[in-house]
Amino acid sequence: MDWHLLFAQLLNGLQLGLLLFLLAAGLSLIFGIMDFINLSHGSFYMLGAFVCATVAAVSGSFFLAVLAAAAATFAAGALVERCIARKLYARGHLEQVLVTYGLILIFDELAHLVWGPAGAAIALPAALEGRVDIGGVGVPRYRLLIIMCGLLVAAGMYFLVTRSRLGMLIRAGASNRAMAAALGVNIDRLYLLVFAIGAALAGLAGALIAPLTEASIGMGGEIIIIAFVVVIVGGIGSVKGAFCAALLIGFIDTLGRAYLDDLLKLFLPGAAAETAAPALSAMSVYVLMACVLALKPRGLFAPAGAGVKT
Amino acid sequence: MSAAKKTPAAAVVSAALFVTTLFTGTFATRAAADDAPVKIGFVTTLTTPAGVIGADMKNAVELALEHLGGKMAGREVRVFFEDDAFKPEIGRQKTGKLIKRERVDFVAGYIWSHVLLASAKTVFDADKFLISANAGPSQLAGKGCHQNFFSTSWQNDQTPMALGEVLNRRGVKSLYVMLPNYAAGKNMLAGVERTFRGRVVGRDMTKWGRDRQLDFSAELAKAAASGADGLFIFYPGSAGGAFLKQYQQAGLKDRLPLYSVFTVDSLSLPRLQAAGIEGVLGSNSTMFWAPDLDNAANKKFVADFKARHGNYPSFYAAQSYDSVMLIDSALRATGGDLRDRDAVRAALRRADFASVRGDFRFGNNHFPVQNFYLREVVEDADGNWTTRITDLVYRGHQDPYAADCAR
Repeated sequence: MDWHLLFAQLLNGLQLGLLLFLLAAGLSLIFGIMDFINLSHGSFYMLGAFVCATVAAVSGSFFLAVLAAAAATFAAGALVERCIARKLYARGHLEQVLVTYGLILIFDELAHLVWGPAGAAIALPAALEGRVDIGGVGVPRYRLLIIMCGLLVAAGMYFLVTRSRLGMLIRAGASNRAMAAALGVNIDRLYLLVFAIGAALAGLAGALIAPLTEASIGMGGEIIIIAFVVVIVGGIGSVKGAFCAALLIGFIDTLGRAYLDDLLKLFLPGAAAETAAPALSAMSVYVLMACVLALKPRGLFAPAGAGVKT
Repeated sequence: MSAAKKTPAAAVVSAALFVTTLFTGTFATRAAADDAPVKIGFVTTLTTPAGVIGADMKNAVELALEHLGGKMAGREVRVFFEDDAFKPEIGRQKTGKLIKRERVDFVAGYIWSHVLLASAKTVFDADKFLISANAGPSQLAGKGCHQNFFSTSWQNDQTPMALGEVLNRRGVKSLYVMLPNYAAGKNMLAGVERTFRGRVVGRDMTKWGRDRQLDFSAELAKAAASGADGLFIFYPGSAGGAFLKQYQQAGLKDRLPLYSVFTVDSLSLPRLQAAGIEGVLGSNSTMFWAPDLDNAANKKFVADFKARHGNYPSFYAAQSYDSVMLIDSALRATGGDLRDRDAVRAALRRADFASVRGDFRFGNNHFPVQNFYLREVVEDADGNWTTRITDLVYRGHQDPYAADCAR
């Protein structure tokens, strides 16, 4: 066993998990509190990446670009909530899926018009290039930055949800919307804030991943499915659930890609193991979801009282 | 019943009428054959991030038509561009539409092997000609070869075979391989393993398609830990840019030299340069063509393409340009007459045109028999990153599946 490699892979898993958390936290709250299926959540992720690329190119400051991406997606989220999502809360899930799928197409096409089909690359500042030596493992500085950002946001979200007044309202909304509204919570404003914060988190994730994968059209669609898996596994409406499930899925996906072929080779011929491993590791996340759904149908950390239909 | 009965006179009149319509009909079709435009369908990817490739191919097709004065053997040319959206089922549907609705004479294009494989039968069943301007799956080169299929690119295995040969010459003993898990990825792997005499110490096939994997952290960590002498990759389109950035950020340039096929091209290099990915400078790849290949047709193509679009043409563009020139050569040979399919096929097979790659001829399976070169990424006189030919790897190389092609 190569412990250095294992450590490197665990860090990779942590980084992937934290990125997924940024996406899934907002998705889970929107799903949990508004009972709104937002397929276009990935579009905010894409928007964040493109805004980050543009601002970084114009201003030359990557830090400013990330802030701009979060601000722009916060505004876009608020706009979408006001103009479109608000009208759909009372409708069925099917209608929500249809409209938000349409939104994906619109956002993709807008990105195509504004930024062209090529996507956009981001040059990292020299300070973020290179590696940091941690216990004999050279970890790319930038990946470390993603990990730190993710942990910071997670801590911030924890504080927001468990300690702040807004968090109390969010928890109340996630547990029982109708009751929260009946008790005089300003539901309109709460929904707007939750939607915009969720969009900003997705935008932040997009801005952070863009220097690794570039900003590209359709990048939201590539990740939204896995983000929904995180939401389902973690329990709809639970930020803690989203955090744990995102890390779990990040580790399973990364370690699956890293070790599954070696593992399969123990009892399969080499060629068969190499063919089966990528397919199995791509599947592993869904296998996990199926197992969780079988044992805990409402997810690992479903908020108390959630799912009570009124 | 009585209405159906005809008098002899009526029979003669109707027979005469029939013969007249037959004649006028023939004249009409002959006139149509001479005056009607030659119709070419071109299937490529115009949406999704891979739309960049499709746009480059479209530019090259339009440049080729401009060089031909918009005519082939005196006939007008109409090209119908269709978008396969990077999906085999859409590619097949669009191919069917081109044949049934637009009634094209040739279907060309196809970036992706899996899209081409899904679409080929539709073209063959209609007895039209299929000209691949990129994809070269082994299935169409060996037992499944078809008399109406032609390629102006290469068979997938050939370019990585040339790369394997380069690795042998450079004394690389062990290799780590990373490629996407689809038809062409498997061919690229088979190709490099066919010629590389050292040991392949690790292989990663990553997820591909609309939800492809773009974060290669786990694979790069494995590759770095494998202790291999070299890293072989195949990541076409925008995935290549993502890979190269992460390769640079992982600091592997000096520890694990990069050898690539179809990843570092004129589409990715300007973006890599903009993002400051210096790690790609000096990296090696093999290819049948490069912008600096020294022949008259290529000089004209590259100069005019750069004048029009500001950037170097990609190899996708070079192949697309050749596909139009190949069709033109067939029309010139038959005097613009497409009705005798055997004559058109024979003319296509002769490949009597000035290719941007210099000399090439078709093998028995209608894939080119051509040279392969080693290319290095360099900065040109204007400060732009491009590729430069440094060595000839194969002269007149034929793909390994051709022997299985018996028609």
